[in-house]
Amino acid sequence: MNKTKTVNTVRPSIDGKGLMMGRSAYTDDLAAADSLIIKVLRSPHAFAEIKTIDTTAAENLPGVVCVLTHRDFKRNAHTRAGQGYPEPSPHDKFVLDRYVRYVGDEVAAVAAIDVETAEAALDLIAVDYEVFEPVLDFEKAKDNPVRVHPEDDIYEMFPIGFDPKRNLAAGYHMEVGDIEKTLSESDVVIRQSYYTQAQAHVMMEPHAVNARLDYNDRLVIYSSTQTPFHVRRILSQTLEVPLRRIRVIKPRVGGGFGGKQAIHGELLAAAVTLKTGRPSKLVYTRKEVFGATYTRHPMRLDLAIGATKDGKITGIDCYGLSDTGAYGEHALTVFMVTGSKVLPLYNKVDSVRFHGDVVYTNRTSSGAYRGYGAIQGNFALESTIDMLAAKLDMDPIALRKKNMIMEGQTSPIFEIMGEGTEGTAMNMESCKLDYCVDRGLTLTDWKKTYPRQENGHKVRSLGMAIAMQGSGIPYIDMGAATIKLNDDGFYNLLIGATDIGQGSDTILAQIAAEALMCDVEDVAVYSSDSDLTPFDAGAYASSTTYVSGNAVLKAANELKAMLMKEAARVLHTKIENVRYDGTTFSSEETSISLKDLSNQLYYNDEQKQLTATSSYVGHKSPPPFMAGFCEIEIDKETGEFDVLNYTSVVDCGVTINKALAKGQIEGGVVQGLGMATFEDVHVAKNGKLITTDMLNYKIPSVKEIHRLTTEFAESYETSGPYGAKSVGEIGIDTPPAALANAVYNALGVRITRLPITPEKILKALKEKENEHA
Amino acid sequence: MMKIKSVYKPASLEDAYQELLKSSKHVLMAGGAWLRLSNRTVEKAIDLGCLDLAFINDTAEAVEIGSMTTLKAVEDSEIVSGLYDGILPAAVSQIVGIGLRNVVTIGGNVVARHGFSDIITPLLAMNAQLKFYDKGLLSLHEYLETRGKTTDILEKIIIAKVPSRGYFKKVRKTALDFAVINVAVTKTEAGFNISVGSRPSVGMLCETAMALLNKASNIDENLVDKAAKCAADSLKFSDNHRGSGDYRRTLTEVYVKRGLLQLLDLEEKA
Amino acid sequence: MKITLNINNRDYETEVKPGEYLTDTLRRLHQVSVRRGCDTSSCGVCTVLIEGKPVPSCAFLSYRAEGKRITTVEGIPDEASELSRYFGGEGADQCGFCNPGIALSVYALKQAQGPYTEANIRHVLTGHLCRCSGYHAQVEAVKRYLEANHE
Repeated sequence: MNKTKTVNTVRPSIDGKGLMMGRSAYTDDLAAADSLIIKVLRSPHAFAEIKTIDTTAAENLPGVVCVLTHRDFKRNAHTRAGQGYPEPSPHDKFVLDRYVRYVGDEVAAVAAIDVETAEAALDLIAVDYEVFEPVLDFEKAKDNPVRVHPEDDIYEMFPIGFDPKRNLAAGYHMEVGDIEKTLSESDVVIRQSYYTQAQAHVMMEPHAVNARLDYNDRLVIYSSTQTPFHVRRILSQTLEVPLRRIRVIKPRVGGGFGGKQAIHGELLAAAVTLKTGRPSKLVYTRKEVFGATYTRHPMRLDLAIGATKDGKITGIDCYGLSDTGAYGEHALTVFMVTGSKVLPLYNKVDSVRFHGDVVYTNRTSSGAYRGYGAIQGNFALESTIDMLAAKLDMDPIALRKKNMIMEGQTSPIFEIMGEGTEGTAMNMESCKLDYCVDRGLTLTDWKKTYPRQENGHKVRSLGMAIAMQGSGIPYIDMGAATIKLNDDGFYNLLIGATDIGQGSDTILAQIAAEALMCDVEDVAVYSSDSDLTPFDAGAYASSTTYVSGNAVLKAANELKAMLMKEAARVLHTKIENVRYDGTTFSSEETSISLKDLSNQLYYNDEQKQLTATSSYVGHKSPPPFMAGFCEIEIDKETGEFDVLNYTSVVDCGVTINKALAKGQIEGGVVQGLGMATFEDVHVAKNGKLITTDMLNYKIPSVKEIHRLTTEFAESYETSGPYGAKSVGEIGIDTPPAALANAVYNALGVRITRLPITPEKILKALKEKENEHA
Repeated sequence: MMKIKSVYKPASLEDAYQELLKSSKHVLMAGGAWLRLSNRTVEKAIDLGCLDLAFINDTAEAVEIGSMTTLKAVEDSEIVSGLYDGILPAAVSQIVGIGLRNVVTIGGNVVARHGFSDIITPLLAMNAQLKFYDKGLLSLHEYLETRGKTTDILEKIIIAKVPSRGYFKKVRKTALDFAVINVAVTKTEAGFNISVGSRPSVGMLCETAMALLNKASNIDENLVDKAAKCAADSLKFSDNHRGSGDYRRTLTEVYVKRGLLQLLDLEEKA
Repeated sequence: MKITLNINNRDYETEVKPGEYLTDTLRRLHQVSVRRGCDTSSCGVCTVLIEGKPVPSCAFLSYRAEGKRITTVEGIPDEASELSRYFGGEGADQCGFCNPGIALSVYALKQAQGPYTEANIRHVLTGHLCRCSGYHAQVEAVKRYLEANHE
């Protein structure tokens, strides 16, 4: 490993200062001052058909400029998922439809001169609904006589198990070996069902979009999105506007976490602006963010693990049932990741099976959310590992160490399962999981506390879990970068990669600066503009550092080679005789500064623009690994607990920016803790959302997070830029299982249904006491 | 969001009161922070902000808190901290964030009688009196018993200065959430008060448990257990998404007991 | 209602509705650093200072701000800029959406001269939700900033 100057250091985000100072930056800041305000009429019913819809009174209201209903749109089934093309999600959504499939589904849109008028107009739209019995229980959805999608003009792009007649959005089955045989021959088998809940993203910036027609009569969309290029493609396909007429710009984004991977208001804003010729904007209310975007997929996972008496895990069987809600965004991909980014953790099994269904229900859609699938699967698997340890009377750490994946090893699952398609075989060229576990034991003083320390009605305990993720989707998602030399010797880095707050503009500039041997300040970054930057799939699947970072590194090296060639020409020598120290090119006899060379190339001699564009698509998806340790203090009389400290030891390869990598881990851990402890989407019996605002849906505040301890393992991934792997999602995966294990270690009760609330703990404790009584 | 057609700035309490009587569509406005959560249309919002009702007075017998005093002012008041071991500032300081506490008023909170109020529960246990413009003095306990809308203006909340101890506990999922349950226990020469709120209905004194303690000549741990159980058994609890009635009952028993033990300076049994 | 608002020491004349909140008025006056996060006064994103005290502008009626000093983060550029260095150093700066509100609350704490204990910093930050950072780095950054600025 060479010594790096810029990579693997602590650096502030390049946009941190301007954002702290409140500069105009986000989508709503950048809307045209005279934008029409779009408001959406949403369904009050969980499932209904619009029999008639009368918009006359709304249209006649002074200040209303246009009203859109399903009659205004050609029926082009699409998916909002925001994935590569063809998408592994069913095309099951229309911009507006006769059917409404959840409380909050779009019925009509109004564009007016101000918010008050637009809202008043919504009240004037008369809708006559035929209301149907909704399917709300996902365990009763499959083959339910009520069909969530009765229409026949929806389809899958390739086989994903889509069968709307049976309320199936997707399905999957894979098996290595003979799992039934393996389990029947195992000394010990643990079987347990788990339930994971819907979780809301609650990024601080609500979804927002604005649209305008520019002076070239092109449609320009500013969107708070994670996938600007996918937005452009979906807009074009769905509204039948030529791709060449659309420009999508992603300004600063106030957090995404997967919640802005799919498209939301873009289609309606584009339609309004195309129809009226006037700029428009649609900024979601917080209620719309909760009720009309999407959540994490709720799941039931039935797990069975077989082992020998001495603790060799022989087989893992997982059946999953996933609730995709009204539309099938990410139905298959999330489901597959539940297996593919979890089960290879224990790679020395004889057999492994992963199978199940993703069902439609009349609930708000599910979709991408940081750690998707993995956090659900990890909760089930890592809880069961501790159950197995208890059953075998074995130390859970020893059990893991005996069975977990190690450097140089592989799992057959990598080749079988990808995201929506087949996977890619790979060996773990960097895997410091053993170090992560050992270091965590030291940092937490595990031996002192494990399994519990009692003090009156308070019990202190520790629980842990291990996890893995991936780094992008190999052979599918591409990232590209262009680097341009300017006079005075500074560079423009143009990247399709999408900074949504995670700091990708910063770390990509660091990679470019490292390769070009310059300061980060010499790299001016501009990202995510479909007209001006090269393509990138977007900010999802933990791909930016690894995939986009590799593209930047390639482009920077190409530009550096061009500079060396020009320097050799000017210095009248061969390239191999040119030395470069970051500011000056020199030969034995003479030298020229980068500044002078750049100025010559611009103005004086053999003038030319030096630009390098490069792209990268992964040939594998090297997983980052992590061991997470949850230390809690729990009140035996009330079940209340505090998470005193959450310790994360992470192998994400080399950290490009230590501060930002730590931010990714700690932010992920706290979101994972939110899911583990209290976050929950509550829906009434009629399908209406109860948790419609931040008074009722709570996320962790500063008071709940007492301490976070975060460290990184020394690790180097040869296929990554400067040895880096991804770091965006791995932090979120371990908290649910680590907390469940800590609760078990404290009180001997196992909570298998998230979130792990004090009330559930106390109930389990009372049941346990009654059993013993 | 509430639609307000006009704002009326009264010259005096009498002026405000007369304006209030004129129409059911005239409403009093205190901090005004939560109007957006209502869908009502209001003809006239009578702004109580201009009537000098933001004060904390320390008199010989009592502390008087003006109804327009912000929660932050209550939280920061040394005078109020001197009452009942400071349970009122302690309760107030756990309500949302400082920013909102700079806007929201104690009067607005008390008059609204929200079930989740973390202010009513301690005030009940502190025997707070309410001074209304028209009806005059009313105990908070009596006010909570009245049904229907009160067409009157709360001027101030009066808390008698007596030697006192106090305990307050709010159980909540996060620092910014409403309570799953809140419990206040106080002790004066007259005896113990126990109040429990966010059941999820509004704070209520637990008279039977109080009687059990206050008629006893000697209070030991057994009686504390009994009183705590009595509080849990005699109050009504129900379910919402923050917790079940059963869980609230359990929490009430635990925290009433812990409160009593603390005020009795009894060590808890291990 | 026609009112005059003093924002960052500059007067703005504007027409507001009786039930209008300051977030909407300020954004209409192109004070874009004041952003809407939640609609229920739960998140702290839209915080401004009124007479030096932090308030969520979505809970403050616009007409009541007449005659009072309103400070947005654009009114404290030096402090915000310096605080951002500490956020960057700790890995606390991510999407930035909640940061202007936090900068104002930290500034108010600094003007009130503490106390700068970790407990009080957490107390002051409690009304400011952040979904990116996990808070730990934020608290560390604020602590260091205040320590460095403490005479």
